[in-house]
Amino acid sequence: MDFNDTPEEAKFRKEAFEWLKANAELKEGPKDSWRASSEEEGLKEVKIWQKKLHEGGWACLHWPKTYGGRESTPIERVIWGQEVSKFKVPGGYLEIGQGMAGPVMMMYATEEQKERYLPPMATGEEIWCQLFSEPAAGSDVAGIKTKAELDGDTWTINGQKVWTSGAHFSDYGILVTRSDPSAPKHKGLTFFFVDMKSPGIEVKPIKQISGGANFNEVYFTDVKIPDSQRLGAVGDGWKVSLTTLMNERLAVGDASGPDFQEAFSLARGQDLNGKLAIENDAVREKLADWYCQQSGLKYAKYRNISALSRGETPGPQSSITKIVSGNKLQEIANFGLDMLDSAGILRSDEEGAEQSMYQYGFYGAAGIRIAGGTDEILKNIISEQVLGMPQDMRADKGLPFNEIPTGNK
Amino acid sequence: MNFEFSADQMQLKDIARKFLEKEEAVKRARNVLEGEASYDEDLWAQIIEMGFTATAIPEEYGGLGLGYLELCVIAEELGRSLAPTPFSSSVYLATEAILNYGDDSLKQAYLPGFASGEKIGAFAHSESNTSPTEANINCAYSDGSLTGTKIAVVDGDIANTFIVTANNGSGVGLYLVDSSSEGVEITEQSTLDPSRSHASIVFNNSKAIELNSDWSNVQNLLDRAAVLFSFEQLGGAEACMDMAKEYAMGRYAFGRSIASFQAIKHKLADMYIAVELARSNCYYGAWALSTDAPELPTAAATCRVSASQAYHECSKENIQTHGGMGFTWEFDCHLYYRRCRQLAANIGSQAIWKDKLIGSLERANQI
Repeated sequence: MDFNDTPEEAKFRKEAFEWLKANAELKEGPKDSWRASSEEEGLKEVKIWQKKLHEGGWACLHWPKTYGGRESTPIERVIWGQEVSKFKVPGGYLEIGQGMAGPVMMMYATEEQKERYLPPMATGEEIWCQLFSEPAAGSDVAGIKTKAELDGDTWTINGQKVWTSGAHFSDYGILVTRSDPSAPKHKGLTFFFVDMKSPGIEVKPIKQISGGANFNEVYFTDVKIPDSQRLGAVGDGWKVSLTTLMNERLAVGDASGPDFQEAFSLARGQDLNGKLAIENDAVREKLADWYCQQSGLKYAKYRNISALSRGETPGPQSSITKIVSGNKLQEIANFGLDMLDSAGILRSDEEGAEQSMYQYGFYGAAGIRIAGGTDEILKNIISEQVLGMPQDMRADKGLPFNEIPTGNK
Repeated sequence: MNFEFSADQMQLKDIARKFLEKEEAVKRARNVLEGEASYDEDLWAQIIEMGFTATAIPEEYGGLGLGYLELCVIAEELGRSLAPTPFSSSVYLATEAILNYGDDSLKQAYLPGFASGEKIGAFAHSESNTSPTEANINCAYSDGSLTGTKIAVVDGDIANTFIVTANNGSGVGLYLVDSSSEGVEITEQSTLDPSRSHASIVFNNSKAIELNSDWSNVQNLLDRAAVLFSFEQLGGAEACMDMAKEYAMGRYAFGRSIASFQAIKHKLADMYIAVELARSNCYYGAWALSTDAPELPTAAATCRVSASQAYHECSKENIQTHGGMGFTWEFDCHLYYRRCRQLAANIGSQAIWKDKLIGSLERANQI
């Protein structure tokens, strides 16, 4: 039992680190991370960095080389992630395309389409979004209603999508629609990719509880999509969706925000009732619980990396990580604000200020526990797919979709 | 990265598991619980025969000279099967105390006996219903003899060798007392888990051998043992999760398997999360113990807290999943519920280990 690389892993790690060192700036500390002044600025910097990665052969590590990838093994992706986290490099914007749209295009698009769309996705020139959830179809995502009707070689799309990250700056999107409302829920779906500049698409930002707007509503009014942009057979949209949902759960990982170390430092410097907070037993107990959770996730990850290193399939770590880290963040954020006593209600937007870190965690954790699979859906996945327990009885099984009640009544 | 037990270690684990299943260790735990015996002598003899007590003792002292990783996988299986023997007291505590703090002649005199099972050890530490500290330990040592009273000594009425904490006037350290010494009075105590024997012990000017130790060594002994106890707790927790799942799958209510209800599924998912976190932390503890890492105090407290929490969660929710049947004497759920409490009490409370964890992190973070 050790934490050491195999000789091949060590060689890859060295190669990755040296390329990064020549092309990016090392972080001065764990909190020294890249931050853009605005979304436009961030997008610009991400595109420049992605182009550099691609030129160096470090874009989309797991993709085939033909489409701009590196054909790396899963363990090499992990090592790359560890090395890149030491550097102050731009991130975000591209994950949905490269992590979810890319794999689905590789599985279902024609060779000609792959050659046209995948390389610009790898270089960061074109950005993709994912158009799945709807107002009446969240956790029950197969309950979507956006209508697709075929006339000749052209589909007409009408409906509304929601929670679409990055729709306002995306060039293309992957889209699931209902092509047959009289078929049972999972049977009548059809999957497409769509040009986000198509006439009839309207993107409206959603204001979140944090005041920010990372997500959008996307309205489709008589949007035309050629049948050649259909992915998978007509009526097979659910099967195609599952490919991307699996990838989504892999992509959404550890909740970002204050963790044990931040709470521990805070308690060691913060006065509480005339003593340092760290001397308070209630504080020590909470800190110990968070440390154990953080440590458990860290070593679960190491166990998974070890499995990858041996060429085995890793366990369901990502579901556990999201449940535990989302809830931990919510508690730590609440603790951080509580440490300020009555002043914990005061808003501080000063960048980098300790208080604002806990404020962001306070809002953000509530979203993390929902995005990419709610805690409840993830627990269903653990109990069904890991423990082998039966699915819940479904009231809508076998019924034609248009006879099933959906949404809010 | 190779953060996993080796194929040989996993094979040893499998051997231990199959052996304990074949010998129906759980049924034996029930027999001890219901009967007069303090432990299962036949199972203990077989465990010795398997070489488990000799695992981490060096060959020069009659042991197998394997490592702590091997002992960890055995501990997990003993925990899973509720094996009613003095293994933990004798191997994790007494053997370790002599191995780490005895001089060579003491090791020569005692360790071969611990390896062969002729010696059975127990750790006598608690004196009252509060956690032992260097200030509140009243057992006193002077001039080769020890006087004082210990309570809730696990396996106290089975052991022939006691490792005792006592104050010699300048601080608290570890002492060895043979049960055959003059002035040793052992009284069995009744407990919440009668599948494991406990006793109070009075030492009255009893002959004692001083180990080369002070209070920090007492803590080190507890840290080392905590990793091994955590593996027992992990095994027990996982057994409860498996029992709960199996029962839920086969129990029908409202026309369907209760395992199809989200209330039950989410309960099982919570158990699974607790077990996975505990297992990962136990591996961290195993790594620290087996490599003598400076992180041992942190790793030991982390796995102890995490495994205690997992076992508590799983043993109580296992009863809940079984409904009324889980509350009966007939079903095995209560055996695990009792053992969970016994193991949680054995080397100190959750609050103390949490405090130790934060304390060790404070020391590690000092600049």
